[in-house]
Amino acid sequence: MSAILTARERMLGRLRAAAPAAPEAVGAIDTAIDQHYLARRAAAPLPARDRIAAMQAALRASHAEVYCISSEAWPALLAQRLGEHGVRRLLLDTGSAEGQALRAALPAEVETLSFARPLAQWKSELFDTVDAGFTIARSGIAATGTLVIAPDAATPRTVSLAPPLHICLVSASTLHMDLHAAARAERWADGMPANLVLVSGPSKTSDIQQTLAYGAHGPRWLWVLIIDDLSAHEGGQP
Amino acid sequence: MNAKPLQFVKPADFHARARAALDDPKLRQSFRGAMDFLQDKRKTQFPDGDELERLRDIGEAVRRHALARLPDLLVQLEDKLTAAGVQVHWAEDGEQANAIIHAIAERNRATRFIKGKSMASEEIELNHYLEARGMTCLESDMGEYIVQLAGEKPSHIVMPAIHKTKADIAGLFAEHIPDAPYTEDVDSLIQTGRRALRQAFVDADIGLSGVNFAAADTGTLWLVENEGNGRLTTSVPDVHIAIMGMEKVVAKLEHIVPLTSLLTRSATGQAITTYFNLISGPRRAGEKDGPREVHLVLLDNGRSQAYADEQLRATLQCIRCGACMNHCPVYTRIGGHAYGTTYPGPIGKIISPHLLGLAATADLATASSLCGACGEVCPVRIPIPQLLVRLRTEANRNPNEEVSHPLRGQGAKFSRGESLIWRFWSGAFARPASYRLFRWAATRLRMLTPRAQLGWTQHRKPLTPAPRSLADLLNARGQEE
Repeated sequence: MSAILTARERMLGRLRAAAPAAPEAVGAIDTAIDQHYLARRAAAPLPARDRIAAMQAALRASHAEVYCISSEAWPALLAQRLGEHGVRRLLLDTGSAEGQALRAALPAEVETLSFARPLAQWKSELFDTVDAGFTIARSGIAATGTLVIAPDAATPRTVSLAPPLHICLVSASTLHMDLHAAARAERWADGMPANLVLVSGPSKTSDIQQTLAYGAHGPRWLWVLIIDDLSAHEGGQP
Repeated sequence: MNAKPLQFVKPADFHARARAALDDPKLRQSFRGAMDFLQDKRKTQFPDGDELERLRDIGEAVRRHALARLPDLLVQLEDKLTAAGVQVHWAEDGEQANAIIHAIAERNRATRFIKGKSMASEEIELNHYLEARGMTCLESDMGEYIVQLAGEKPSHIVMPAIHKTKADIAGLFAEHIPDAPYTEDVDSLIQTGRRALRQAFVDADIGLSGVNFAAADTGTLWLVENEGNGRLTTSVPDVHIAIMGMEKVVAKLEHIVPLTSLLTRSATGQAITTYFNLISGPRRAGEKDGPREVHLVLLDNGRSQAYADEQLRATLQCIRCGACMNHCPVYTRIGGHAYGTTYPGPIGKIISPHLLGLAATADLATASSLCGACGEVCPVRIPIPQLLVRLRTEANRNPNEEVSHPLRGQGAKFSRGESLIWRFWSGAFARPASYRLFRWAATRLRMLTPRAQLGWTQHRKPLTPAPRSLADLLNARGQEE
């Protein structure tokens, strides 16, 4: 070790000088957490069909617009709602089956664009001219009305963030009961994407005299389409 | 932005500022209303008392376990993040942390910072440091932006502008934001703030954020927010710098799940906040947004002093929910600015002596009735009242006394006279014979009691011994002493 210690070495040295040699085992904590959430789920079980209702209720309570709809009917409904909302430019992944289905249903006055360029090349354009972004959630969390979104190359982070309207498609068969169930079932601990986002409603703040206001910095409106695919999945359990 | 220059306030002026705050009915009304509101919201989130207690047990166990393994977990976190392409920096104090952040900016030829909410950056006075070096650092959390415009610091760790009325904010916006009309409509005010800051996200070279929790097993920085400003800050600029107190790491990602439940419900009475933003590295190959460079600054700044002491280490269990201040009768009456510290209220009183030394903060631990409300609501069971008593002891300890973990500023309130009085007192009470003599003298010579008795007689009648002691009265009734 060199004579002059780095900040890292000094900080770790101070901590090591004080830390107990044998800390308590982690297993007991893991078990306590699992038991806590398992007991809560056992006390109020939520079959797959009821999870849709819980998801809808929680999302509506946090000011989102929610539809539960079949996998055939959603493009037409969304096209109609976009027209009513006055959306002119919609950002979506035109490479995905859902993106293509939506584009086919849209009226001519709604322009679609995909995130083909790096953000730096069109940052201002994205922030100033795009009205809505369309994403597909990896899964949902019924208890809190939460969308689990893993941005990727085709649907980057800002799609669900920069435009004032965020639209998200989530399959009913992917709805977990709570955050603990989602993290466990999807094995988050085995490896995380660079960014994973949990969205539970449109952007909001209560920073001015505890008065709730929406559209603080992120999307002012959140529309969620829950695709009812339960009959296609055995028992509907994710 | 032509914000007012930042007013620096010292914790040493606590008494004068507390008195001024008590004389300000508008301020007291603001805090009373806000704290009642937050207490009610928290209560509705915990309808099941048993569930709350079980979750508190888990929260405490997770935090205590992480602290017990802190050096190993920090190294594990560093390894994981480094492997994912994040650069990890270690800062012993605010000056080092500021210098690290400044150097990253210079290396990137960056001058414009946009900042998400970060109490650690408040602690090191980063904005001031960068502005003195020709850079701009704009707060993007709505509450933080409001206090920045006013040249103030946050008065609450979760709701920074809680002391301001909507009329105050309407005035500030109309004065400082071009083309902003005066309006007290909250929706319009938020939209004005949104417009003012939106371009700043586009223009910023560097986004700076805090960190709520870090998971050592996956190398994940977990950020909790409602506005989306934190996501914009960490997604849009080319460089993201996160800064966190080194105690915020936990062993496993799944341990954060119960902590977030405790945090959001305790802080603002929400089952969950709008966004949980989990960052585990810079943009990966093929991704078209997200920062190309991510840095994490691990900050000590006095935390290792608290860590060294078995009892005081519990201070570092804190998850920054603010419930202790929301339930504190002192905070509710004097507000956050009176403390003159980055962290006000009960948590501020127990963490600030480590950040700033006891000499600067010795009065803070005395600003408590020890009613215990802070300890009762703490979601991770920090024994705040006991820690306040301990800090009072350390502030009054002889500065020359040798102890195993001396605190910086030990004995800041030490008084030889007071210490002699206590020694006499304990001596008089320790032996029956001397106690009887003392009792005899106190009752017979009661008229010699001083009329002015330090703080007590400011608002109360002087204390004098009774003409006859309790023991004498009992004896007179024919009972055994």
